[in-house]
Amino acid sequence: MNKTLILSALIAGSLTGSALAQTELSLWYHGAGSANAEEALVNQLVEEFNASQSDWTVVIETFPQLAYNDAVGAAALAGKLPDILDVDGPVMPNWAWANYMQPLGIDESTLEGYLPGPIGRWNGEVYSVGLWDAAVALTTRRSTLEKYGIRIPTLETPWTLDEFNSALETIKASGDFEYPLDLGMAWKGEWYPYAFSPFLQSFGGDIVDRDSYQSAEGILNGDEALAFGEWWQSLFTNGYVPGTSQDSADRETGLLEGKYAMSWNGNWAALPVVEAFGDDVLFLPAPDFGNGSKIGAASWQFGISGTSEHPEGARAFIEFALQDKWFAAFSDGTGLIPVTASAAEATENYKPGGPLEVFYGLSKEQALLRPVTPGYIVQAKVFEKALADIANGADVADTLDAAADEINEDIENNGGYGH
Amino acid sequence: MASKLTRSNRAGWLMASPGIALIAAFIILPFFLAFTFSLTNQRLASPNPTKYVGFENYRDLLGLAYFTLEPERDDAGAVVRSADGDIKYPRLRNFTRNNPDYPNLQGKREWFSWQSGENRKVVLASDVVFMKALVNTITFVVVVAPVQAGLALILALLINQKLRGISLFRAVYFMPVVVSIVVVSLLWRFIYSPGDGLLNNLLSALTFGAFTPQDWLGNPSTALGSIIAMSIWQGVGFHMVIWLSGLQTISPTLYEAAQIEGSSKWQTFRYVTWPGLRNTAILILIVITMQAFALFAQIEVMTQGGPLDSTQVLVFQAFERGYGKQDISGGSTISVILFIIVLSVSLLQRWLTREKK
Repeated sequence: MNKTLILSALIAGSLTGSALAQTELSLWYHGAGSANAEEALVNQLVEEFNASQSDWTVVIETFPQLAYNDAVGAAALAGKLPDILDVDGPVMPNWAWANYMQPLGIDESTLEGYLPGPIGRWNGEVYSVGLWDAAVALTTRRSTLEKYGIRIPTLETPWTLDEFNSALETIKASGDFEYPLDLGMAWKGEWYPYAFSPFLQSFGGDIVDRDSYQSAEGILNGDEALAFGEWWQSLFTNGYVPGTSQDSADRETGLLEGKYAMSWNGNWAALPVVEAFGDDVLFLPAPDFGNGSKIGAASWQFGISGTSEHPEGARAFIEFALQDKWFAAFSDGTGLIPVTASAAEATENYKPGGPLEVFYGLSKEQALLRPVTPGYIVQAKVFEKALADIANGADVADTLDAAADEINEDIENNGGYGH
Repeated sequence: MASKLTRSNRAGWLMASPGIALIAAFIILPFFLAFTFSLTNQRLASPNPTKYVGFENYRDLLGLAYFTLEPERDDAGAVVRSADGDIKYPRLRNFTRNNPDYPNLQGKREWFSWQSGENRKVVLASDVVFMKALVNTITFVVVVAPVQAGLALILALLINQKLRGISLFRAVYFMPVVVSIVVVSLLWRFIYSPGDGLLNNLLSALTFGAFTPQDWLGNPSTALGSIIAMSIWQGVGFHMVIWLSGLQTISPTLYEAAQIEGSSKWQTFRYVTWPGLRNTAILILIVITMQAFALFAQIEVMTQGGPLDSTQVLVFQAFERGYGKQDISGGSTISVILFIIVLSVSLLQRWLTREKK
């Protein structure tokens, strides 16, 4: 008698429990131990979402960035992907193609007025959306440029190739700096394609043909790309920029210490420069090498995993995150660019007159996504090696030929990557 | 059949089984998988089905061609020379790219070349990076194996004495072995830092400023040498300990006898110590060779194979392709080739150092 009572009580308890229980959704996030407020804000976002409705409970699991992509790959092989994935913009097409992800299925009208970078599209469908974007600018000081009589460029009339070269030459000739320009060659990996492929695109070349995504022949080694390559090599042979063996500490502090006159750097590194130089700081647009100024776009974004059993829950979470309130909060916490103009107005740094306002304009006017193809992962590595080799004195045409061959071979080995 | 291994030895097998299972799961199975993958187009992540491709991966890595480049000639047939008298040659890319007359050169790149009269002889490879990695790896092994073994022996002889505080020296020499190779590599990157790095500062101080600072890791002619020097320093303590254990197995009575016979220090080493170290020497040679072929962490942390492929090595390439470029089949192929090389070298060493009866 006693036993049956307990048993029925247990059954009743578990039944009511499951009736009340919210469905758990897992979320993987790449920024464990990040230096700024990003991780805390993601946690806050999850808490507020869980409190805002009663159907879903998002459970967050954080990874260090270096191990994150590997963890996702391993989980996909083991069939243990979470419901909601955090994905780096240029990597998304690869994951979508490999069925790690499924289309978001959100109403695209909600994405109106967004910067182009944070929207991740593949095969005509939106797979991921970011809560922020990043931008790169030539960081320098007004006083430096005025001292050498160099015109201060604007978003409308950026430097031309000749102007840029002569500015570098003038500063170099003064002997006041170790190098006129710091490109950040110490930052290996994704920095190279992110920061430098827009130069190539401004010259008129590209990493791969964006119409078909089937070939790099004539694109990465065409006349425009060769012109870019020769110019790129001249930066190093003329001693305008430190080479691939640059000390990473110099990359962090060289501009502040006066070793370099200018630095090609992201907005995430902008606040310390503002603090150090105050009103004297300038964030200049990329030079126009012939086809308009270009900078890279797309940062980390959220998407739904291909194996999620509750895509509607994952979608609800992502829709909850897509609010100006969160864009502004992340921007204030991390210094990154908010994705809408209305959110920008509510931020400290990007509101009209804010110290980083210029980056919003850069991102809006000049941002160009890295090639949107599953093959980008390989193409980025090939491009990185080609640029490093050319910087170290390799023959430009041979190096770019070899890079184009390797990219074509990879596309072929992957059956065209589903384009 | 009834050997010692099988006869009433259940407890022994039971105790060995966890180890055997782990080795089978993480070493033997992956080895066979690597061999299988190398015959397919297996990718790390791809919706496309895996296909059997035979030995195509091996051909892509090992393909070589030889070509004689003739100089450009003007209408009269005379060799065209540039202003400073150098012979002008047509660009190789005219032959290697979409040229139907030379199908065997398609997609190949120049590996190295030399001058022969007016012509230039060129050796082309399907995969120049792999070839450079192969040469660099062999260079690394050929330098590291004897130098590291020799230095370790000298250190072992030095500390195999009964002196006050000798264990302090033992600890100091052994210290780099205990520190993680990744940490050591990071530290040495600072030491080799261009401009005002530690090594540059030290050398200019020692030469009273006569030394011009070098970009040790950024210069193709010094990068591999720098990594060799650092690797020897890091590994020498480990082999010193093995030598030391060998030294201490030599019976003191032999040394006493040698002393009574009035042998010199060199004679003692030559006729007592060295023969006593024979088996240790074989062990050390084989271990260093195998470890040197597996060079990876230093490259990954310090140079990533650069500058200009001067520090590419096989394991780094296998990792870079299999993981970085998601080409598991390509990475597996390099691993299999490396396995065959290491196996042949070890067998050769065993044969050369066999007991001659």
